[in-house]
Amino acid sequence: MPNEDHLLVKIRNYAFLVIGLLAIGIAIGVELTVNPPETAPFDLLPILLRGLAVTIELTLLGAALALVVAIVAGVARSSGHIIVRTITGFYVEVFRGTSILVQLFWIFFVLPLPPFNLSLTPLQAGVLALGLNVGAYGAEVVRGAIGAIPSGQIEASIALNMSPGLMMRRVIIPQAMVRILPPFGNLLIELLKATSLVSLITLSDVTFQGLALRQSVGRTTEVFLLILVIYFLLAYPLTLGVRWLERQRQWAT
Amino acid sequence: MQANSSAPIVRFENVTKSFGELTVLRQLDFDVAPAEKVTIVGPSGSGKTTILRVLMTLEKPNDGVIWVNGEPLWHQKSGDKLVPASEKHLRKVRGSIGMVFQHFNLFPHMTALRNVTEAPIHVLKMPKGDAEQRAVELLQKVGLSDKLGHYPSQLSGGQKQRVAIARALAMRPKVMLFDEVTSALDPELVGEVLNVIRELAEEGEMAMLLVTHEMGFAREVSDRVVFFDKGRVVEQGPPEQIFGSPQNERTKAFFNAVLRH
Amino acid sequence: MSEQFFDWEYVISFMPKLLEGLVVTIEVTIVAFILAAILGLLMALGRRSSNPWIAQPIGALVEFIRSTPLLVQLFIFFYVLPRYGLRMPAFIVGTIALGLHYGTYTSEIYRAGIDAIDRGQWEAARALNFSPVRTWVGIVLPQAIPPMIPALGNYLVAMFKESAQLSAITVVELTLTARTIGTQSFRFLEPFTMAGVLYFLISYPSSLVVQRLEKRYAGK
Ligand SMILES: Nc1ncnc2c1ncn2[C@@H]1O[C@H](COP(=O)(O)OP(=O)(O)OP(=O)(O)O)[C@@H](O)[C@H]1O
Ligand SMILES: [Mg+2]
Repeated sequence: MPNEDHLLVKIRNYAFLVIGLLAIGIAIGVELTVNPPETAPFDLLPILLRGLAVTIELTLLGAALALVVAIVAGVARSSGHIIVRTITGFYVEVFRGTSILVQLFWIFFVLPLPPFNLSLTPLQAGVLALGLNVGAYGAEVVRGAIGAIPSGQIEASIALNMSPGLMMRRVIIPQAMVRILPPFGNLLIELLKATSLVSLITLSDVTFQGLALRQSVGRTTEVFLLILVIYFLLAYPLTLGVRWLERQRQWAT
Repeated sequence: MQANSSAPIVRFENVTKSFGELTVLRQLDFDVAPAEKVTIVGPSGSGKTTILRVLMTLEKPNDGVIWVNGEPLWHQKSGDKLVPASEKHLRKVRGSIGMVFQHFNLFPHMTALRNVTEAPIHVLKMPKGDAEQRAVELLQKVGLSDKLGHYPSQLSGGQKQRVAIARALAMRPKVMLFDEVTSALDPELVGEVLNVIRELAEEGEMAMLLVTHEMGFAREVSDRVVFFDKGRVVEQGPPEQIFGSPQNERTKAFFNAVLRH
Repeated sequence: MSEQFFDWEYVISFMPKLLEGLVVTIEVTIVAFILAAILGLLMALGRRSSNPWIAQPIGALVEFIRSTPLLVQLFIFFYVLPRYGLRMPAFIVGTIALGLHYGTYTSEIYRAGIDAIDRGQWEAARALNFSPVRTWVGIVLPQAIPPMIPALGNYLVAMFKESAQLSAITVVELTLTARTIGTQSFRFLEPFTMAGVLYFLISYPSSLVVQRLEKRYAGK
């Protein structure tokens, strides 16, 4: 039966990921037997999980900001108004053309000083940098998706006497959405990974907690492998979600 | 024919349309009577599509006035004068016109049924049940009652075009525009679409403006054939006359070239 | 210190140092990109292997590396490897980690590019009795690689920007240089702004070039 084959292939695809995770578990185990710590093996997890809350908070807030920015800037970049288009173009190119780390440092270190005197908490700085950076990439996705709608769709909507709002809601957005969602999923994964950068501006996310633990208790291998697994468990479901979305485009071909 | 007695449903008055340097319609005067079936023929690039597109409000004419059902299309009356139409006015007048496109332009994210019900429900505010009932009838009429739940990507070209015809009919237009609706189809699918249009023509109450290269079909369904070249009407008349004994040299040359194939 | 909004004299004084940092950034990027291009190809070929004992573990590894942050991978290379006797300068460690991370991205490009090769090409190679190596080197890759160039170019630009993360493991590249200059004088506006300008001056024109390549290959 082809279905059974399918299932086997599926199981095998994930089997190696599971085996990989087990291998990391074993590596941690070996590390623990070679260099036994005084305390129980999983004493580190609660501390790392405290960082997890920060990582998730950052991801959600950053993604919310990025989403708003992407839609506004993406529509603005498709606008016929040249000034609107130029300003958003400048924003998009600056944030895509420089390093997110420099953007984060700029927001965190430069804004509090004169002449700006705009003091931000590390969380605010992190959300702002992530949202603006990922939002700039998202804006290009939105612009591309709107531009990819064939002009015949707009003409057919006019011929059916639709109002511009109705056309946007029922014809353009649903078709653009199918193109937008998978790349947005990928951007969300990139955003999640980029949250680790806030550890460099003293925000106590998973990575920061790991660095702190390394300094206080050592056990470097164990700490960092655990961190990798945490990020993987956050990101991989998103990857699977994106692939599922990509398979849903049944009519889009 | 009743066509000549009553007021025209469509009237082009001195209409000019240019794209940059290129003038495509030159001070065009042109009428269509209610229920009249008019076929426009002419060489490629002569402006046939452009006539339909300015009438469908997809292109804005540079000059002149187009009247639909006694109302100016691109203008509205302000006292005695005509001023450029508001979006609201355009939408009101556009309601009497429907169009079928060369490349179908079906909504790919909607089933055949929803393609047909979408505008009646959301533009005409028809109750959903009524709209669906009518859509089923129309799809049945074009021979697609078994394809209601199919997406456009699951239909052949001929089937897509028949859905597109049903979709346009659902808006109950007084004038229907057909722009080379069979030229994107494989030859064996042309017949099924022409049959549907022929039936519509025989029913009679709707005016039809067709651009086509199917000369045999044009001869069969048209009340009047218009030969169009370089932005002007060169010659027009009943099909027997235009096809049988054209007067103008350019018309003769065109038919010689086309019919030789 | 002057009260100016943006102190150009200060900029001129630190610019030579910043440019040195830029040179390091460029070196890291180029070496890491070559690494990513090679590792990505190996990973793509490995994932296509008909032997599941090769294809599946490589696939899992690629997914794992892609799904975790570069920064954490840098820390692992920097802090963990030396504990097992692998001691390397931060510059080298960082370059390898960057190359490995982006290798997983380039492998996806190779995969898509190879999948795009027409079946008939494989069958023709089989019919002419080419060896597998000959088929890959002589037939498939020469056709598959040129259309991939724009996508690879995009990752080259991305790596140039992301190499900033190597500052976290003490590689004195552009970002760390800017940060050090800022810390010394407690004026961050100028060094970080100028660092941003330098990143932009290189990556923006590069991405325009990539766009042109994309158009050229799309137009084919
Ligand atoms: N949007 C546009 N911008 C510029 N030129 C245009 C545009 N639309 C049409 N034209 C030009 O106007 C002329 C008339 O075009 P039109 O499509 O009306 O011709 P047609 O008679 O329908 O030709 P065909 O038989 O090839 O469909 C052509 O030269 C065409 O290139
Ligand atoms: Mg035409």
